[in-house]
Amino acid sequence: MDFVFPNEQNVTWTVMIVLYPYITGLVAGAFIVSSLYHVFGRVELKAVARFSLASAFVFLLFAPLPLLMHLGQPQRAFNIMITPNFNSAMAGFGFIYTAYLIVVVMEIWFVMRHSFIARARGSGPIAWLCRVILLGNLHEDDSTRAADHKIAKFLAGLGIPMACLLHGYVGFLFGSLKANPWWSTPLMFVIFIFSAIVSGIAVLIFHYMIVARLNGWKLDQPCVRSMTKYLWGFMIIAVSLELLELMSIAYKQTEEWEVLDMLIREKLWISYVILQYLVFSLIPFFLLGINSLFNLRDRITNAMVWTAATMLLVQVLLMRWNVVVGGQLVSKSMRGFTDYFPGLWEKEGIAVAVVIFTLPFGILWVFNKIVPLFPDAVSRD
Amino acid sequence: MGDKRNTSRREMLKLMAAGSALLVFPIGPLLASEERQHGNGAKGPYWAYAIDTARCIGCCACMRGCRDENDVPEDVFRTWVERYRIGMDGEVRVDVATSIDHIFEPIEGDVANAFFVPKLCNHCEKSVCNQVCPVGAAFNTPDGVALVDQEHCIGCGYCVQACPYGSRFINPHTHMANKCTFCYHRITRGLAPACVHSCPREVRIYGDLNDPKSKLSILLRQRSYRLLKPELGTHPKCYYLGLGREVV
Repeated sequence: MDFVFPNEQNVTWTVMIVLYPYITGLVAGAFIVSSLYHVFGRVELKAVARFSLASAFVFLLFAPLPLLMHLGQPQRAFNIMITPNFNSAMAGFGFIYTAYLIVVVMEIWFVMRHSFIARARGSGPIAWLCRVILLGNLHEDDSTRAADHKIAKFLAGLGIPMACLLHGYVGFLFGSLKANPWWSTPLMFVIFIFSAIVSGIAVLIFHYMIVARLNGWKLDQPCVRSMTKYLWGFMIIAVSLELLELMSIAYKQTEEWEVLDMLIREKLWISYVILQYLVFSLIPFFLLGINSLFNLRDRITNAMVWTAATMLLVQVLLMRWNVVVGGQLVSKSMRGFTDYFPGLWEKEGIAVAVVIFTLPFGILWVFNKIVPLFPDAVSRD
Repeated sequence: MGDKRNTSRREMLKLMAAGSALLVFPIGPLLASEERQHGNGAKGPYWAYAIDTARCIGCCACMRGCRDENDVPEDVFRTWVERYRIGMDGEVRVDVATSIDHIFEPIEGDVANAFFVPKLCNHCEKSVCNQVCPVGAAFNTPDGVALVDQEHCIGCGYCVQACPYGSRFINPHTHMANKCTFCYHRITRGLAPACVHSCPREVRIYGDLNDPKSKLSILLRQRSYRLLKPELGTHPKCYYLGLGREVV
């Protein structure tokens, strides 16, 4: 099993293409949490409603960056919208992304207009910036607030299918490639959506708890418990779908299974079986399950839930890695495997990936300086 | 009512006569052209390859010819040669020439069969690489050659992933998708592709599928052939003459 076509010696899609669906997943998941509050009236999520919307926005801003780092001709990136080939799943990216960005920006505008106005009435560069964002209109009364609320609710509702489309399309992009047996499954679309929701809720819990601790805020416990249950539920669906897909190919024992079996046993044993499933799925499953079913003390719950959320963030990253890189390790000869591990300092290497992933958190910090993302936060003392 | 019925019967007869005439007239040219017309009904040549693997000696002259003609960078390949060894126990082992001066090591031990298989882009009629290109830079010419528009390719690599034959790569110098062009600059001037030209054994036969008298068309009528991965529905146009079932 060492026959690899000579052009397959180096994988084409690097860690940047692992990062891209990971970041769009965070966008989709965070957005859905904000919509649970804005559209479905889950009031217990109010504490993180603004934060989740802003998180979706900042991650969305950075989602194309790994793609641009990866493109051989990034200066031609807009060709995807100027000369699109609509037969290609990838051609949808520019349009879906732009439409979704517009919806998210508009929703932020309507949800946070009140805060922008409050800030714009002050002085200094931030007030000036807020006046620009508000297009110079600082008028506010009960009727404008009602209108803002109504429009925001509509946009939040509209954003749900768009978030699913943005991320589901990434799954489709892989799932529709018939040349690759590891990718080619119609379930990929759904798997990507659910794992996106998992990563989105996980990043909110992870970040919210860190921010609360750093600022000395009291955690909104009903919010944490609610997010815990959502995270548990969505992770069960996501992992079940992933296992279902695997079991389905394994049980059918098709010709392709021979090579995929070897891929799992020889190339992805640690990253897929041990880490993705046994460590980073099973442990969070129990941690979240215990906290969803039993009423433990807040401190214990918070520690366990934060651990589970952080582990699930890693789990989804591993899932992206195992899909994107794993699929490329199998030669199209079906008789051999190639290898890949990113370098630390190369253009599409680990350091660049870490920087791209860290930047949204910095922008979120700046965002919070302009308008508070946790207006109802209560000090622990 | 009666008049109406008579009129309609007469009209019916007229229509039937006209319909029969319509059936008779176009059938001749349609039948005549059915066999010859490939591609989107375009007139002119429709290029394809036949590979006679039984003749290949694994000298890799085709790879050298291609590299010299098309300035292909190191470590990527528009064409390459594979050697299949079928053991006495049926085990299939394949080694690949990964440099232009590659010399295949002599085979040790008994083998049931051994042969060389030159590979290149299959210039598929329904190229999946064309389908997935987000900017339409991958396209098929009317004369049946799959090409990449170097003015529009964004270097995303989606076509590289989609090609089931491993024929595409990202050129490390231009950072764009690259592949065998069927030496389009040569064939449109009546010259043979570089790999065909440099092969000392006439392993590669290129020709016009629309010309029933072309060597390729005659060979395809006379010899049995196999296509690679036909189940994927890409309609490849590399016809491997008498190819073993082990080859992928």
